[in-house]
Amino acid sequence: MASTKTTQLRRIRFSLWILVAAAVLALGGAYFVRTIGVREPPPVTVGEAAIRSEFSLIDHNGNRVTEADFLGRWQLVFFGFTHCPDVCPTTLAYIANVLDRLSGEVERVAPIFITVDPSRDTPEVMAEYVQAFHPKLTGLTGSEAEVAAAAQSFRVYYEKMEEETAPDGYLMAHAGHIYLMTPEGRFEDVFREGEQSAEEMATDVLARMNGKQ
Amino acid sequence: MRKLIAIVVAVWAIASPALAEESIRVFDTWARATILASRPGAAYLTIESAAEDRLLGVTTPVAGHVMIHAVEKDGDVSRMKHIETLELPAGERVTLAPGGMHLMLMALQDKLSEGTTFPMTLSFETAGEVTVEVSVLGIAAQGPREAAE
Repeated sequence: MASTKTTQLRRIRFSLWILVAAAVLALGGAYFVRTIGVREPPPVTVGEAAIRSEFSLIDHNGNRVTEADFLGRWQLVFFGFTHCPDVCPTTLAYIANVLDRLSGEVERVAPIFITVDPSRDTPEVMAEYVQAFHPKLTGLTGSEAEVAAAAQSFRVYYEKMEEETAPDGYLMAHAGHIYLMTPEGRFEDVFREGEQSAEEMATDVLARMNGKQ
Repeated sequence: MRKLIAIVVAVWAIASPALAEESIRVFDTWARATILASRPGAAYLTIESAAEDRLLGVTTPVAGHVMIHAVEKDGDVSRMKHIETLELPAGERVTLAPGGMHLMLMALQDKLSEGTTFPMTLSFETAGEVTVEVSVLGIAAQGPREAAE
């Protein structure tokens, strides 16, 4: 009788330990999933081959330009539009800030702002807009098809959203990335305003330009 | 007695809007300078309401229309979303800042020039109307605190 009780107790103790082990595993698992899960996937690192600098557009002086006109310089490319009141000026001001921190090396960089709203962003509008941010900044526009092709080559997503109350009845949605392309026009890296200070981005860009990374 | 009532009413009339403003605090109000008058501007601020309230609308003489915008991040894509009213939970600070919520100022009378200020009236469901002065900072500004540093 006593031995049966001991066996029973042993069984209970064993089951309890199983429960404890299950709880530990479940909690650990949940913690693991949470720690890993909250990390956002890295932005569009589809690989070097997928993102190319290929375009034929009109610059803010009214001249037709292609990627060939920017080869030989490191390119910082950002897609946006001038009706964008928040993300675009914030990002362009950030790029200007980065350029100012490149000091002597700024000549080796071509900062490019490509509009995704070409029907409203004419070369004249782009000229006034980009010059307010930085004298080195080039604004590019073109036909809807040319802009779509440029965005496609950079794997940039944008869309027109109907919004009755917005000017002209629409808003644009877009990805706010800054692409760093090599002097050969190959994808080097992608940055986002707000993820590092302008100083940090400038240091990073300089290191890559000088082959330290 | 009638005199006393008159005084009480007068004091109440003067004090109540002030009280309304006391219970709701609007600060760090600023707007980013714009380059072209034909393009919308953005204004930012922080609101703290002692009691639960709701921002119903915003007006300013410098813009034809003001919209409250939230930015929705869908993966890598930012979408501006028009919100009709902004909920203000009791005692919580609600901040509109670059890259997030903002007031979109449309149909500007003129471009917003750095160093100028303009009035803006916020209409709250409970607190009523509160008018604040908005400072126009440079196009590269991130906020008034940074500018003060």
